[in-house]
Amino acid sequence: MLLYIIRRLVQSVLVMLTVALIAFTLFQFVGDPINNMVDQDTTLAERERIRKELGLDDPVIVQFWRFVENAARGEFGVSYRLKKPVAELIAERFPATLELSIISAILALGIGIPMGVYTALNRERWTAKLFMTLSLIGVSLPTFLIGIFLILIFGVQLRWLPTFGRGEVVDLGWWTTGLLTASGLKSLIMPSITLAVFQMTLIVRLVRAEMLEVLRTDYIRFARARGLKDRAIHFGHALKNTLVPVITIIGLQVGAIIAFAIITESVFQWPGMGLLFVQAISEVDIPVMAAYLMLIAFVFVVINLVVDILYVVIDPRLRTES
Amino acid sequence: MKTKLRSLALAGAAAAALLASAASAQEFRYAFQADAQSLDPHGLNETFTLGFLGNVYEGLTTYDADMNLVPALATKWEVVDPTTWRFELRKGVRFQEGQDFAADDVIFTWKRATSKESGQKARASLIKDIRKIDDYTIEITTPGPVPTLARELAWLYIMDKEWSTEHNATEAATPAQAGRENAYATTHANGTGPFIVVSREPDVKTVLKRNPNYWGQPKTNVQKVIFTPISQAATRVAALLSGQIDLAYPVPVQDWKRINAAPGVTALTGPEARTIFLGLDQWRDELTNSSVKGKNPFKDVRVRAAFAHAIDLNAIRDKIMRGASWPSGLMWAPQVNGYNPKMNTPYKYDPALSRKLLAEAGYPDGFTVGMDCPNNRYVNDEKICQAVASMLARVGIKVDLLAQPKSKFFAKVLASGGYDTPFYLLGWTPGSMDVHNVLSNLIVCRDKERNRGKYNLGGYCNKRVDELTDLIAAETDPARRQAYIDEAAAILQKEYGYIPLHQQPLSWGVSERVSVAQRADNVLDLRNVVVKE
Repeated sequence: MLLYIIRRLVQSVLVMLTVALIAFTLFQFVGDPINNMVDQDTTLAERERIRKELGLDDPVIVQFWRFVENAARGEFGVSYRLKKPVAELIAERFPATLELSIISAILALGIGIPMGVYTALNRERWTAKLFMTLSLIGVSLPTFLIGIFLILIFGVQLRWLPTFGRGEVVDLGWWTTGLLTASGLKSLIMPSITLAVFQMTLIVRLVRAEMLEVLRTDYIRFARARGLKDRAIHFGHALKNTLVPVITIIGLQVGAIIAFAIITESVFQWPGMGLLFVQAISEVDIPVMAAYLMLIAFVFVVINLVVDILYVVIDPRLRTES
Repeated sequence: MKTKLRSLALAGAAAAALLASAASAQEFRYAFQADAQSLDPHGLNETFTLGFLGNVYEGLTTYDADMNLVPALATKWEVVDPTTWRFELRKGVRFQEGQDFAADDVIFTWKRATSKESGQKARASLIKDIRKIDDYTIEITTPGPVPTLARELAWLYIMDKEWSTEHNATEAATPAQAGRENAYATTHANGTGPFIVVSREPDVKTVLKRNPNYWGQPKTNVQKVIFTPISQAATRVAALLSGQIDLAYPVPVQDWKRINAAPGVTALTGPEARTIFLGLDQWRDELTNSSVKGKNPFKDVRVRAAFAHAIDLNAIRDKIMRGASWPSGLMWAPQVNGYNPKMNTPYKYDPALSRKLLAEAGYPDGFTVGMDCPNNRYVNDEKICQAVASMLARVGIKVDLLAQPKSKFFAKVLASGGYDTPFYLLGWTPGSMDVHNVLSNLIVCRDKERNRGKYNLGGYCNKRVDELTDLIAAETDPARRQAYIDEAAAILQKEYGYIPLHQQPLSWGVSERVSVAQRADNVLDLRNVVVKE
């Protein structure tokens, strides 16, 4: 098992190096960062000096190696736009994104799984059909549209909820949280729903499909023949066997929630990493873009690893094989 | 116990939040599309940042709501001889942390502005030396005559020498610097202005409060200001409509109707001092990205004239700008010093003449040419380019339009990209609000040594205009200076060096709770904000 984890870790280093290389190749096409750092009156010589100081006149591969070298030492450079060390910026923004993502994930799982089970067990009931129709809408509507709709209804028309920002936050020194103030909690409602809708509807449909499959298998029939209670069959046998593929998808979706918080964060001006990244793109802030992409790659790698370990925990057959 | 504690904490927090969320009487909340880049007044020389900091810091001079130059930290000034200016400084002014303002602070500020990472170097280089006559009188000498000096100094904000020395901030710190040892002034401020920075979270929120010891009597009754950058236009408008903020800018032109229809808010508009124009590559021997090979048709003044007369500025105003643009015949706006309304006649829209000129120049069937355009820099920039393309199509010119985000657009068309554009759209607001700035950046021949003509992307070049620009830079007699300006404008118009389009509209969304002054340089001066009781 340990060996397996170590092997996976080595693989993930390779994955991250590849991500970094691709990212640096792409940075050549996003524009010229210097124009955003100087003003109209800056001389051409001055611009060239800055370009040289930042090493932007070096070939891509040199820039890439410099980045990898520094990153290995935990050094991610200074943001061109905000003039602050990138590590510090990301640490500042991380709590906002993580709180939003966790609340969304809880919403998506807490509502998605029971709903999926319900629709599978009561296929013919009209409520189940209604849920399925709603989930179809949820899967197909783009996130920003859901966000804008919510803003228009609950922010502009009814004026119940704030339309942007995180509200008042409490600074705990190493973490800022919006979970301890009323305005912080109110500010969380719309963004977390916006972010959760897609994942939730996906989980409903997935759990339902898997559950229907499992309910048709022989051992479920056998369980019924043994006279087990419905409850035990559905939750003890069927749901447990449904979960293996569901966990894979959910794991990746949790990564996606963090990564794709970008859109939700820009719609709600949520001061998290996604917003930082979007602004970095428009200002060609290469150090921020690089660090963010690496962080997201890292998150996915870790989640995949956790998912692999969870397989073993859930499915005893894998344990004996290894 | 635990739950009890938690509910207590929640209740406390809820009470605090309630208190915080209802805007108190003299609180003003506003949003812009981006944040101020830094609190360092000698950091990036960018309109919004300087405009924002102008509430905290002050220069020797300043602009009032109508863009007239008025005294600030200097009470009066006179030109002793063409290269010497004498400024009398305001007495009894204190910085926000209590230090006295005097001549030494001005000298210190100038030196700081010349430091390596300063964004105000160009401005500081207009000054050769500052001599202190007494604590409240200084004499500034310039390397040559600089008639616009008093205007330029409006943007050179005075910092306290003592404070900067104490916090090791005697040099401007910028972006590019990895070292943070001299970055104190990027996150702290101590100016002489009417507002004090209370707290700042870059990109999230900046809170200001009124300076009770301010020397002036500004119109404003605002005691507390909350500034939030909101990058998405739709979110900005929603925040305004929902009453969470009192002012949002810019708002999209297409949202004006919606804003005006909503209760309690209105769209505020007026001409901005920014001129939008088209430029043509007149220096390459072969035009890039064109069907014409081996020569450059834009070197022929008839072709340039044909382009100018094919574009219907009124149609652009009515169809694309919703009636809110001001067609222009000059490369500078009415608010710019040196503007002469008699010269401001746009090129006449005359497609028949265009076709005739093209035929005379040897292109009876027109030709194909590429066009570069930003799509997130100016008001409706991409739509204007599309309209221009379709208008040119009517006279036989096929335009191959490339509209890109500003970062990519500028990387291609500016000097760093080798001025890689045959035909482009650009906008310009002169930082000094003086014609000389337009001439020396856009219109003179490109000259790397003298740092001139950097934004003359099409390489227009006329020796007489160059001479006139030097004369305008040095001439202190207003009548003679205006004559030079008019001569330069006439040459440029006759040679079709550029095709001016219009002044674009300012576009703010404002709550009826407040009254504000909309300055033509798109600066929101909090001195003019009044909250209605």
